[in-house]
Parts: sequence; C-alpha cells; structure tokens
Amino acid sequence: MTFDELLAILEDLHSEIDFRTAMALIDDKILDSFDIVTIITEINSDYGITIPAGEIVPENFNSAQALYRLVQRLDDDI
Amino acid sequence: MLFTSYRFIFFLALLFVLYYTLPRRMQWGLLLAASYFFYSFAGWGCLIFIAVTTVSAWLAALKMDNLHRAQSAYLKEHKESLTAEEKKAYKAKGKKRKLAWFLAALLLNLGILAVLKYTNFAIANLNELFRLFGSQKQLSFANLLLPMGISFYLFQTVGYVTDIYRGKYPPEKNLFKFALFVSFFPQLVQGPISRFDDLAPALLRPHPFDSRTVTFGLERILWGYFKKLVVADRLLVAVNTIIRNPQDYDGIFVLLGMFFYALELYADFTGGIDITIGIAQTLGIPLKENFIRPYFSKSIEEYWRRWHITMGTWFRDYLFYPVSVSKPMLAISKKSRALFGPDIGKRIPVYLATLLTWFTTGLWHGASWNFILWGVLNGVIIILSQECTPLYARFHSRFKAEGTPGWRLFQVARTFWLMSALRTLDCYRDVPLTFRMLGTIFTDFSLTPLLDGSLGTLGLTSADFAVTTAGCLVMLFVGLSQRSGPVREKLAARPAYQRYGAVFLLAFAVLVFGAYGVGYDASQFIYNQF
Repeated sequence: MTFDELLAILEDLHSEIDFRTAMALIDDKILDSFDIVTIITEINSDYGITIPAGEIVPENFNSAQALYRLVQRLDDDI
Repeated sequence: MLFTSYRFIFFLALLFVLYYTLPRRMQWGLLLAASYFFYSFAGWGCLIFIAVTTVSAWLAALKMDNLHRAQSAYLKEHKESLTAEEKKAYKAKGKKRKLAWFLAALLLNLGILAVLKYTNFAIANLNELFRLFGSQKQLSFANLLLPMGISFYLFQTVGYVTDIYRGKYPPEKNLFKFALFVSFFPQLVQGPISRFDDLAPALLRPHPFDSRTVTFGLERILWGYFKKLVVADRLLVAVNTIIRNPQDYDGIFVLLGMFFYALELYADFTGGIDITIGIAQTLGIPLKENFIRPYFSKSIEEYWRRWHITMGTWFRDYLFYPVSVSKPMLAISKKSRALFGPDIGKRIPVYLATLLTWFTTGLWHGASWNFILWGVLNGVIIILSQECTPLYARFHSRFKAEGTPGWRLFQVARTFWLMSALRTLDCYRDVPLTFRMLGTIFTDFSLTPLLDGSLGTLGLTSADFAVTTAGCLVMLFVGLSQRSGPVREKLAARPAYQRYGAVFLLAFAVLVFGAYGVGYDASQFIYNQF
C-alpha cells in the first residue's frame, strides 16, 4: 500500500481536509469512531492488512503519516 | 455508607487528617484500608466478590506478562537458529496461551456479573416463554447479592486485563497496589471508570498537602452536594409521584416528568461525580471528567461524547473497536461490499457494531427490556443521523441556517427532548406502559393541570418549586460560565470576600435548602445500582 493510496481512502471520507498537513485528526475530532472503523475495514478489504483494536490509539490515527507508519509496520509483521 | 450520610462525612474527615499526617509512603496503604473499610458497609459478601475480581485479574495479568517475557527471551536467544516459519509458529503458540489466560479472567469476571445481575432477568423471560406456550411451569427467582458498584469496578478491571493482553503497559506486580486501583472508594460506587495507566500512578505517588488543590476539591464536593441535595432529591419526589401513578398523571404530566427526570438525573449523577472528583482532588489524585455540559449538545452523538464520558469511551475501546475490526466483522464487510457495493457495504459492519455496542450499553444499565430498548434506540438514532448527513447538507446549502444562534438553539432543544423522551424508558415499569404514557402526551394533552393547582399534588410545595427553579438556574449559570474556563479558577482570581462569599452561600444553601430534615437520610444516588 502506498501513501497516496492511504490518502485516497482518507480523502474519500473527508474531502474538505488536507491530510498531508493535518496532524491532530483525533485530537481535533476530525476523525470519529465511525471513520476509524471505515478506514480499517477499507485497508483490510483492499490490501489485506489487519489493524488490531489495540492499535486504535490517537498516536496512530492523528495524522496520515502516523497511520501510514502503522500500516507499514503491520504489513512487515505479516 | 452513602456519600450524603453524616457517617461518610466523619469517615472522610478522619481519613483526610490521617492522610496528611502519616508518612507519605503510607498514603496509598491508608487509601486501600479506607477503601475496603468503606466497601465493608455494603456487606461482607461484597468484599469477597471484589477480592475475587482483584486477585483473578492481577494473576492473569502477571501470567500473560510472564508468557510474553519468556517468548521474547526465547526468540532473542534463538534468533539465528530459527527460521521465519518456526518463529511465526512459536509466536502463534505463545499468543494462544496468552489468550487462554485473558479469556479465563474475562469469563470469570464477566460471568460473575452475568450471574448476579442477569439471572433473574433470564428467569423472568423464561417464565414468560412458558406462559406463552401454555405451560404451567414457572421457575422461582434466585436470591442473589448484587454488590454495590460491581459494574464500575468490573469494567475497570476488564479494561486493565485487556490492556495487559494488548501489551499496552506492564502489569502491577504488587497485589495490594493493584487492589487499590480496583477499590479506590470515591469512584467505587458510580465511576468514573478509570484506566490503570491514568489512575494508578496518581494513587501510588506521595501527595504533599497543597492548599490550593484541597480548596478546589472541597469547593467541588460542596457543589456536588448542592446539586444532589438541593435539586436532585427534591425533584425525585415529583418524578416518583408521576411515574408511580400513571393512571393519575398522564398527558402534560408525562412531559413534565420527562423534564423533571432529565434535571434530576443530571443533578444526581453529575453531583455524585462532583463529590467523587472533589474527594479525590482533596487527596491530590486527579480523576477523569465524566461530563462536559451534556445538555448543551447539538446532536445525540455529541451528547454521548459529553455524558458519562468514561463509560462511552470504555465501550468504544473495549467493545466497539474490537468487534468492528474482528475477523468475522471484516468478513461481513467484504461480503457486504460485494453484495451492496462499496458505498453501502462499508457502512454495514460499522452499523452492526454500533447496534451491538448500544444493546450492551442498555443491558449494562439494567436487566430489563426497558434498558435494552433504550440502548438499541440510541444506536438506531445515531445510525439514522449518520445516514441523514447528505440530507442535512442539502438542507443547509439551501436554507443557510447552519451556525446561526437560532439553529444552534433548535439543535440543543431537539437533542435535549429526544434524550429525555428516550429516558422515559428508565422510568415506567415496562415498555408497553412507557409507550402508552408517551402516547398520552398527544392524546390527552391539556395545559389545565399546570394552572388548576394539580402541580401541588406532586409532593412539592410552592417553596420547593421555587428552590428547585433557583437551583436549576444556578446550574445553568455555572454551565454557561464554564464555557469560558473553569469556574473555580475564575473564583480563585477574585477578591477573597467574593470567593468565600460564594462558597458560604453554597454551603448555606446546602444546609438550609438541602432536601432533608431531622432523621432524614438522603436517597441513594441513581447510578449506585449499576
């Protein structure tokens, strides 16, 4: 999965946000729990990467960059 | 020992003196002893249950951690000799053993809750089924003890065990320190539901006396007593009169009961939490806020982010997320995408998890169909409002109402009445009666009872109504004032005569207008029963 593909998933949910620069997606309540689950199911459905519930913490979802690092780490673990 | 009893005030005063005079290294031990002493008033049986929960969770956490350590050490030692496949197989085996301990702790503790809280509900439903199928067989109800605050301390413990299973932080090795986290007395009876990594470090570190923190804590306690004794316990009388006599109080009284219950529950629950957080603050221990002016919410989703926050986040982190991203749900997600297309398909698992979470939230609130329906209806409304988002967007692009003060006020009023209507399910004895009474608002509506003196039959005098109205206005004023910063900070910045004048007035109101007299013991907090 590339960073641009992740951006496409995020922009599909919130087209009004610039995900390249937004750094407080959770703290600023841009992403809610519905969005988070949708992102996780999209990533799983399209790329076969499973994000476990224990990884759903603000540090992993506050920015597209942090989320991408998480996805890469989990992808390496497979 | 109720928070509103004289015995509790005496207990608190004695603890406070000992806490700040004993050597600081003994503070957490004193808190543990005080917590068990406090809980012993609920009955010795309760102590056994909390001890079983404490020891089982502590042991399971240690076992999971030991397995994790042993696995890491083995993998490190055999880093070169093991193939990738062998490492993977070894990890999977270790994960299974860890999972076994996790599930054992979960099953034991949630099993205790299920048996004690839901056995009689299951029996009642079975008896109903027997009757439905024409059988004469009826099971007798079990005489079970439901320990005070069991749902709160069990949820804290389950959260801890789950966090250890996920490897979020290392387990507490000292059983007594862990026991304090489970039993910390101010939050034992009605929350907030704390997380171990938030609360334990604050409980265990030494606390020097800090006059500012103690003063703030005492002010918060006083504010809690004001809400509970001046407002909630007074409104309770009118609410009980209305809901216990549905044959006499229908139509406008149901609407009035809804309104009174909304105010009573707010004053009771937030008052109890103010006392809880205030007590902890006087001991130098910060607790998570459980409410952020929930009745100012503009949607039901926002309301649940501001009401009983620690319960909402608990259900989100330990039920909604794990269910949403579980293997079966991901499989449902894939199937629903194939069947209904990506747009609808991606929403189905989220909505299923939402309904399950709200069903469980309802069941947690009480073993009755009223609470289950209340929970599910909350979930349905959240899903409906999510589905209506494009409709709202179209409405706002056409009418340009969004963000205007009038629209915001409409949103707040809509959310308040919607939540109040759902909450009538807490009040009446069963679901059909609740809907029948809600129906009378439309079928038997008349303003006459408000003017013909019928209000006087609700058990409150004109003076009681005046005090309650004044109390609610004070709560509204404080709520509005909090929007620009903490009220106690603002008070502290004012001249001493103003600050202590306000405190004196509040104490005077509690003593003079508190709903009690000689021999009166205030009613139990509503949330103690959960």
